[in-house]
Amino acid sequence: MRQQLKQVRYYLVASLGDLERSVMDLLWDSAEPLTANDLRDNLAALGTDAKELAVTTVLTVLARLEKKGLVLRERTTRPHRYTASSTREDHTVGLLNDALGTAQDREAVLARFIGGISADEAASLRAILDTVKSA
Amino acid sequence: MLLTSYFLAALAIALAWPTPLALSKAKWTSRAPVQAVLLWQAIALGGGLSMIGSMLVWGLAPLGSDLISALIAGWRLITGDPDVVYPGIVHLFALSTALLFGFHLVLTLARAAWRTTRQRAKHRQLLRLLSNPSDTRPNTLVLDHDMPVAYCVPGIAQSVTVLSRGLLTKLSPEEQAAVIAHESSHLDQRHDLLILAFTAWNEALPWLPTSRLSLDAVRQLIEMLADDKALEQVSRQTLLKAIVTVAAAAAPEASGSAGAGSSNAQQVGMPGGEVSSRRLQRLLTPEEPLAKPQRGLVLACTVLLMVCPTVLLIAPRLLAW
Repeated sequence: MRQQLKQVRYYLVASLGDLERSVMDLLWDSAEPLTANDLRDNLAALGTDAKELAVTTVLTVLARLEKKGLVLRERTTRPHRYTASSTREDHTVGLLNDALGTAQDREAVLARFIGGISADEAASLRAILDTVKSA
Repeated sequence: MLLTSYFLAALAIALAWPTPLALSKAKWTSRAPVQAVLLWQAIALGGGLSMIGSMLVWGLAPLGSDLISALIAGWRLITGDPDVVYPGIVHLFALSTALLFGFHLVLTLARAAWRTTRQRAKHRQLLRLLSNPSDTRPNTLVLDHDMPVAYCVPGIAQSVTVLSRGLLTKLSPEEQAAVIAHESSHLDQRHDLLILAFTAWNEALPWLPTSRLSLDAVRQLIEMLADDKALEQVSRQTLLKAIVTVAAAAAPEASGSAGAGSSNAQQVGMPGGEVSSRRLQRLLTPEEPLAKPQRGLVLACTVLLMVCPTVLLIAPRLLAW
């Protein structure tokens, strides 16, 4: 019984995660702010999974994303309209900086394939490698 | 008991300052990275143990002739037994310092572990929004970015390797294999736990300059370990080419981003930068691995550093004979 509950909970969380991703994709690709209703319609148009999606579910997902700082809410209009807090590219760059250890806590992600090689060092290495190859 | 505490204190000082300093300058470490990493762990563990142990044993010395009887006497003292002789304020101070220091080390480790776990969870969450699973490789995510990057996110349940689109387009399949072999050996050998332990050690003892040295040294050594593992699958030339391509593309971008200045300066100015080229040096001009007797000697030192403080703590009277 407990196992089953765990399973159900897992699927709920997993599908919420998928929804978060779809919502973010729509917001990133949209030129203007969207309401929860817009998003629901777009999600329903996207695939069969979202057919019976309730607006309240979309609002839940939006609230979660807002709490994570990924989504901004315009409160001046009714209904509220939502935008992505920054572009997909900016978030990707942020992730990479985090991973490459330029963020404050470098140990958070063990991402050190380049391990502190400077650009100059890399250039001279490239030259060495080229001579090795041509020799 | 007193003699033991003096010996442990001497050992603690030796392991806190001259030994790490010498080891961080030693040239043989790049020829035997496995043994060197083990030795660094023994120095940190043995150092911590003897630091706490010396204060503990000295504090308990007036209460009994060995640790067990002294601890029992100490307990009777706390519970108010009038037969136990009061050991004096200095000894009590040493005892409480030992206890506090032990707690401090454990708490710092726990805090570092908690912080790392939280940061990784946040990183994974963003990855779920921004990356796509690789079509060809299991447990691999692809990020949509031109910069060639590969890294791994260790996890308790599942670890993932992250590759950027730039890596897949700018590197040949063999070079990609080299990068992935390097990254997955970080995951397989759980290097993240090593880094966690030494980061916590560095945070717990920020006033000890050698704790920074040990963190930097271990960071470089695990790169060498991962290189060696990758070399089992790909040629030296391929691995070097992959490293250089990734480094050349990543270096300007990384230093151009906000907030990167301080940590980059740290990398260049400190031994980190210098030792990092040592990692490349050994790939460019291969070094003979350390001879077997010498490796045995290093291992013997490692075991001795671990066993010595432990045995002395359990049986402090060994030195009195």
